[in-house]
Amino acid sequence: MFAVENGLQGDPRLKAISDAIRVIPHFPKTGIMFQDITTLLLDPVAFKHVVDIFVDRYKHMNISLVAGVEARGFIFGPPIALAIGAKFVPLRKPGKLPGRVISEEYELEYGSDRLEMSVEAVKSDERALIIDDLVATGGTLSASINLLERAGAEVVECACVVGLPKFKGQCKLKGKPLYVLVEPREYDELTLYN
Amino acid sequence: MSGNKEEEDPRINGIKTKIRVVPDFPKKGIMFQDITTVLLDPKAFKDTIDLFVERYRDKNISVVAGIEARGFIFGPPIALAIGAKFVPLRKPKKLPGETIFEEYELEYGNDRLEMHIGAVEAGDRALVVDDLIATGGTLCAAINLLERVGAEVVECACVIELPDLKGRQRLKGKPLCMLVEYR
Repeated sequence: MFAVENGLQGDPRLKAISDAIRVIPHFPKTGIMFQDITTLLLDPVAFKHVVDIFVDRYKHMNISLVAGVEARGFIFGPPIALAIGAKFVPLRKPGKLPGRVISEEYELEYGSDRLEMSVEAVKSDERALIIDDLVATGGTLSASINLLERAGAEVVECACVVGLPKFKGQCKLKGKPLYVLVEPREYDELTLYN
Repeated sequence: MSGNKEEEDPRINGIKTKIRVVPDFPKKGIMFQDITTVLLDPKAFKDTIDLFVERYRDKNISVVAGIEARGFIFGPPIALAIGAKFVPLRKPKKLPGETIFEEYELEYGNDRLEMHIGAVEAGDRALVVDDLIATGGTLCAAINLLERVGAEVVECACVIELPDLKGRQRLKGKPLCMLVEYR
């Protein structure tokens, strides 16, 4: 579900957020129009809009845990967690988290990768939100949902700044709702850095 | 905060008790300072950010640079609270646009830190954030990147310092603010 489908139609903050994202063509490989959120982070007003919109949505949903996917999920997750009084749990590439972890494999276009979570992260009766900057195939988010569910948490929703249009409507990932702020930007050769 | 023991803010002990020390990670002999347990305690995490925000909010900081990956956890909340830009300093090949890089030494071999061209401008007043300072190699590389584009590095901010590794002396004369020491 996109923000515009859920009460934020015409909200000028969404345009400010979208305008602040930069498209890098053919990164990391030919054919991919990479949605670069680092330019959004250079605009403190637009960055704050992202956090405010997510906080407004989640502050009354009794979220006890915000999980962020390495590495760009680490940028958006913590400000949300802090504002709603939830813990923040980093979901990381293999070998980065110390102590006991559980791990989940997911598919890439060629081959696979793993995501890990600390076993200390989840107590009983946790209501979790998962954050990443962008959702494309949903593979990483699905692995994240698996990790949290295996540890006994209830995943309430997944949230991303950018999502492909196929996630409109009631599209769910592993039965969990998905909330997205903006669609990917088109590449415009005339767009200046700012 | 750093060096002011007589007036240590009461929130600091609360943060210190939440840091988990994991022996022999990532390899034998290293006592790993795990801050993820601080993040599991909303009050301790908030106190960490508040302590830094209180220090920097009136210092006209225009950019907070966070070092991948744990600097991405602490940097953005500080940047948002003080109205500064956030700039991620990343491992090679992660940033999609044009970048500059700075090499730094590891125990065996080298690594690189990259920054997007155009993100930081001449005259920007910068804060560099990471979870921990050990030898200071990564922070020094970060300072170099920022200075090369004409920014002024005002201070480096870390949750934890390992003072025995003398990283403070590798910061090109820049001051360090830390909350917790581990000897």
